[in-house]
Amino acid sequence: MAASSASRNQVWVGTETGILKGVDLQRKQATNFTATGQPQREAAVSALCWGAGGETQILVGCTDLTVKRFCTEKGAFQGQSKLITCVDSGVLRVWHGDEKETLSDPLLELRVGPGVCRMRQDPARPHVVATGGKENVLKVWDLQGSEEPLFRAKNVRNDWLDLRVPIWDQDIHFIPGSQKLVTCTGYHQVRVYDPASPQRRPVLEATYGEYPLTAMTLTPGGNSVIVGNTHGQLAEIDFRQGRLLGCLKGLAGSVRGLQCHPSKPLLASCGLDRVLRIHRIRNPRGLEHKVYLKSRLNCLLLSGREDWEDKLEEPQEPSEEPSKDPEVDELWASLEAAAKRKLPRADPTLWAAGTQKRKKCPRAVSS
Amino acid sequence: MAKTGEKSGGSGKKTLKRKATVEEPEEGTVTGDGATQGGVQPPKATAFPPGFSISEIKNKQRRHLMFTRWKQQQRKEKLAAKKKLKKERDALGDKAPPKPIPKTIDNQRVYDETTVDPNDEEVAYDEATDEFAPYFNRETSPKILITTSDRPHGRTVKLCQQLSTVIPNSHVYYRRGLALKKIIPQCISRDFTDLMVINEDRKTPNGLILSHLPNGPTAHFKMSSVRLRKEIKRRGKDPTEHIPEIILNNFTTRLGHSIGRMFASLFPHNPQFIGRQVATFHNQRDYIFFRFHRYIFKSEKKVGIQELGPRFTLKLRSLQKGTFDSKYGEYEWVHKPREMDTSRRKFHL
Repeated sequence: MAASSASRNQVWVGTETGILKGVDLQRKQATNFTATGQPQREAAVSALCWGAGGETQILVGCTDLTVKRFCTEKGAFQGQSKLITCVDSGVLRVWHGDEKETLSDPLLELRVGPGVCRMRQDPARPHVVATGGKENVLKVWDLQGSEEPLFRAKNVRNDWLDLRVPIWDQDIHFIPGSQKLVTCTGYHQVRVYDPASPQRRPVLEATYGEYPLTAMTLTPGGNSVIVGNTHGQLAEIDFRQGRLLGCLKGLAGSVRGLQCHPSKPLLASCGLDRVLRIHRIRNPRGLEHKVYLKSRLNCLLLSGREDWEDKLEEPQEPSEEPSKDPEVDELWASLEAAAKRKLPRADPTLWAAGTQKRKKCPRAVSS
Repeated sequence: MAKTGEKSGGSGKKTLKRKATVEEPEEGTVTGDGATQGGVQPPKATAFPPGFSISEIKNKQRRHLMFTRWKQQQRKEKLAAKKKLKKERDALGDKAPPKPIPKTIDNQRVYDETTVDPNDEEVAYDEATDEFAPYFNRETSPKILITTSDRPHGRTVKLCQQLSTVIPNSHVYYRRGLALKKIIPQCISRDFTDLMVINEDRKTPNGLILSHLPNGPTAHFKMSSVRLRKEIKRRGKDPTEHIPEIILNNFTTRLGHSIGRMFASLFPHNPQFIGRQVATFHNQRDYIFFRFHRYIFKSEKKVGIQELGPRFTLKLRSLQKGTFDSKYGEYEWVHKPREMDTSRRKFHL
């Protein structure tokens, strides 16, 4: 029963107590999943993303430097797969892990600078990642290429008092259909960068509110982003013109996670006020669902399925293997990105991730 | 309140002739008819068109008259209904149905889904490992720093002094225009566990910022109804140095629990019952009332209390996750009046 209900969950939320919650909006129920059966505050979930194979697997990044894989069909945590990880101190590593091997060598390691707040993989070109953070300017890296970033942004000009404008990139997104990136900063700015143009400074800058923007997501329409700040205000900003399209009400605490459905006008938001909310973005703009989940919520994942409103049948057999990609991209297509935030300095010894017990690796790894 | 239909001529009240106005299409005055009915009946009954309201009469005196007449009639009817009900209850005796409970806003409170269930494990784990865990596990004992906004006036200074007698192990310092963000690291290095800042506006205290120190949440309250000791009538003598007991009433929701724990962590664990002093934080309809009393048990069931100490009312404005950082901090709960205060029966604490 747990298996079938796990696949029925439409939103997955990670909390500060280390619990992964699957929320079924049809029945307004939440089910808790923990790796060890007990919640652990040290293993707070700080990042979630979909694993390989459609949306059957979730990669869970925790603050204790582990990445766990969670299978939605079976409702259990499992071993590790290939992934890209980046920690707060700026060490970005690409792992090649197997089911059986608990230890893996990083295939590639890069130093992206301290204070990284966000690392994002381009969904169109899986070998390209962008990183940015506090006093860490936006950089776009090619994991196949050299040690130098593909694109390194430049800070804006000094402001009207001739003071340097501080940098604090909180969230980055790649705009589909072009090479542009959009970021939101802790100084309440939304900026668009274009690596294709010779200008390294932002192409467009818009501001919203007076509080740090903590989360951002692209809307299905393609022209706007929705940002959330630490006061619980959500706003839709058009990044072509740089103007505010509208706001969404309801949140009482800092917004930690935002995600839009790829085709429907639905937005899921979670924050420190312990409630998961689903808003409808257009016609009419308003709150659809609200679910109280008892711990502070850190991040969320929204299922991109189309059949939200229909009743799901019991799954008869496990999902099929995804089709193979062309050879050139095969390795990179199966890589998943898991960005970790707010971690202590990564020490050179390697922690084997994925299995339920954390084991220290038998051989030391040179960084 | 529109009194439609005919009025029977009130006892002895004259029915004045009215000017025909536009609002009264059908002038039902039948003065003539009344006269023909004979002197026994009161002069006339003015017939009003249906849908007529007293407030449509333009003449103020007449309108007032009609209204008082209507009001008296309402009172009579109400009294009669009450008497009838009482008679019926007496007649039934023991078999009478129980009296209905009057509806109050507290009765009608909308059930809050964040109300904490005492058996809930997840919330219990969350509370056992939150920022107040060191206090509740008896690893730290509270040490409070009380200060004000810059250049406080007399009332605020006196309130700080009185608060420091109420809260054990607290120290009052004059705020020499220092920034809170600079004070906080110094407090942490001197082992303070809490920082209380009383904000003042126009010579009266009106706000309270309570920050739990190592990295704990910061609550910002609106303070009102402040009464210093000399303004409290029938109060007892000044409080002694004994550690008081604490009463936290009615903090039911998850947010209420956090705030309740914050207040509890201000006082040391071991109340000295010899002192017979008690500090109460009573939450009702999102307002938190602080009182400080001395009690004495006159017998098993009867207690006498004397109010000592200052009294004030708090209302939570925001709860922020780290120590005081209003610009870049992350807020766990912010009071938004236009979104949250739409229903009179919904409360958050």
